[in-house]
Amino acid sequence: MDLIRRRLLAALVGLALLASPALAQEKFIVVASTTSTEQSGLFGHILPAFEKATGIKVRVVALGTGQALDTARRGDADVVFVHDKVAEEKFIAEGFGVERKEVMYNDFILVGPKDDPAKVAGGKDITEALKKIEAAKAPFVSRGDKSGTHAAELRLWKEAGIDLDKVKGPWYRDTGSGMGPALNTAASMNAYILADRGTWLSFKNRANLTVVVEGDTRLFNQYGVILVNPAKHSHVKKDLGQAFIDWVVSADGQKTIAEYRIDGQQLFFPNAKR
Amino acid sequence: MGTFTESLSTAAGLIATADAKLASIVGLSLQVSLTAVAFAATIGLPLGAVMAVKRFPGRQAIIVVLNGFMGLPSVVVGLLVYLLLSRAGPLGPYGLLFTPTAMVIAQTMLITPLMAALTRQVIEDAWREYEEQLRSLGATPWRAALTLLWDTRFSLVVAVLAGFGRAAAEVGAVMIVGGNIDGVTRVMTTTIALETSKGDLPLALALGFVLVALILSVNMVAQLIRLWAVRRYG
Amino acid sequence: MSSVFPLVLEQICFAPSGQPIVDRVCLAIDGRVRTVILGANGAGKSVLMRLMHGLLTPSSGRITWCGREQRPRAQAMVFQRPVMLHTSALRNVAYGLKLAGVPAGERMNRAAVALERVGLAPIAGRSARVLSGGEQQRLALARAWALDPQILFLDEPTASLDPGAAKEVESVIREIVASGCKIVMTTHNLGQAKRLADEIVFLDRGRVVEYTPANVFFRNPRSAEADAFMKGELPWT
Repeated sequence: MDLIRRRLLAALVGLALLASPALAQEKFIVVASTTSTEQSGLFGHILPAFEKATGIKVRVVALGTGQALDTARRGDADVVFVHDKVAEEKFIAEGFGVERKEVMYNDFILVGPKDDPAKVAGGKDITEALKKIEAAKAPFVSRGDKSGTHAAELRLWKEAGIDLDKVKGPWYRDTGSGMGPALNTAASMNAYILADRGTWLSFKNRANLTVVVEGDTRLFNQYGVILVNPAKHSHVKKDLGQAFIDWVVSADGQKTIAEYRIDGQQLFFPNAKR
Repeated sequence: MGTFTESLSTAAGLIATADAKLASIVGLSLQVSLTAVAFAATIGLPLGAVMAVKRFPGRQAIIVVLNGFMGLPSVVVGLLVYLLLSRAGPLGPYGLLFTPTAMVIAQTMLITPLMAALTRQVIEDAWREYEEQLRSLGATPWRAALTLLWDTRFSLVVAVLAGFGRAAAEVGAVMIVGGNIDGVTRVMTTTIALETSKGDLPLALALGFVLVALILSVNMVAQLIRLWAVRRYG
Repeated sequence: MSSVFPLVLEQICFAPSGQPIVDRVCLAIDGRVRTVILGANGAGKSVLMRLMHGLLTPSSGRITWCGREQRPRAQAMVFQRPVMLHTSALRNVAYGLKLAGVPAGERMNRAAVALERVGLAPIAGRSARVLSGGEQQRLALARAWALDPQILFLDEPTASLDPGAAKEVESVIREIVASGCKIVMTTHNLGQAKRLADEIVFLDRGRVVEYTPANVFFRNPRSAEADAFMKGELPWT
């Protein structure tokens, strides 16, 4: 009998403890962003600076770009911070976002096995490289998860004049996973893969993989930040969210972004318009 | 093998130096899972006991469902709770998504059927022995259920531990409803998933060892309490 | 407390799967004498007792207590194998009182007194499950007696006990009777029946074949079945 009473008490205490962050009324926003951005470590670098400047805590939920935008459509985030211009503009056109501001860019790189079966290493033309990979039917891993990276990959195949649906075969591995897991898969099967430089630089399980193609301007990856429309979701923290957006495009925010390095290399290049 | 030993020593190092970040992640894991166990026990144990002693139409069907739900995929539970708690869902206005409370809710739903099913089995076995005597003394089914819950408490500890093990080890539900937010909803299992996807396999494995050590410790404490109580109450 | 007697069974049948285990039993049991139900194994003694106590529901027929159909609370039953909770002897007795609605303070006092009466006061704090068979059975009697019943059903109470323990249990049963409680007991031990019975209900294949005072039954059984039964039983078991 008292066993049940004791358990109830424990449960209530536990719930009270868990509720206390909410009770403490701390200022926070939920930002839906991408796994590649989070895993690059950028947020770990810039968010403390933002919190110091404004006292606002940022809770980053890291998903694929498509998932991040869907989360925002449902009203489960205050701000989105993703890298797929087409999807972002559609998001705003649908009325879910207020305004898109460009923040920074990084680039994609083509990564592949050191023994390079498709002979693409050192090239500066991404579409040429993709054509060679398809011709050789060399193993290629795709993220396949509606992410910004996936969208970029599909655009590049199209630009190379290749209809994926026609030529898809066992060589094209659609994994439906984030950047890290996809890289893991590519590493274990010695495949080519399109990755963002940030994730690649902090990826520790490279095995036989190395950078084979980089520098093509078509590989640039633009990031945008959007406030979720309070007209659609009245609970959105529009003032705090706007404070975040204003900060990342401000001189201060842009400088903090540029200062982020891995192994001395700059990852993200701020390009917010004033 | 190299990764294995490297990870073991990393794990030992993390525990020995009481790494602050790890400590807070472990603390949150325990808080979420233990709270879920408390709620699940409060619902599941009486539910299992009543199922064991009362006969009612549809009982067999409910038993099949309960037993089946023991193996509910955690990711399915996570998805269901996500849809419930999302702003677009029925419980949206409470703003519970991406909080530890959401994780507790999801884990409670996950382990309640397990604890109810195991309790039902324990109580049913006891009921076979006690039924005539308890009914002779005038116990109603509800009263008998409570009496047997207390009487079989040592066997029920295993049911509770099974629930804790399942909760502490799952990643599907807490990942979806918690969002793996750094410093807010990041627990042991989601950290392991994150480090794995970042390719840092040695660290992920080390954290895996820490998690296993944690679960074993909880089991050890439970067993010690059980032994002490058996000596005291007989 | 109003009397629950007479306990009247009218045409009681119990046939859960077609075959009657208890067949058209008619009895009128009053509270002044000690009733023993005798019969071979499978005759239906235990089932009949459970029907009387209310643990089983008859397939047909009526049971009334002093004219009333409501099952009275002032009754208790002791089974062949005692069933104890995993707690002390004292608390086991107190549990019975708790179910009867006795308030907490009074409960423990009455439980202690009950244990005294059956000679188990020294082991009141011991875990009930580790007691010997005879001690557990006396504990079961204490638990039943503490409820202050008007009628006590006993289903082969000494069948699982050695002769020494059986003797102790019988002496407790005598004390219970002396305190004014009516007993209805089943046994297949003729010696015990002779010692404890005032009247005998003899069952054969679910039917009451004889219902006579004990001395008449043992000296001169009226039915062939009873005669055969007693010849088959060795007199000293």
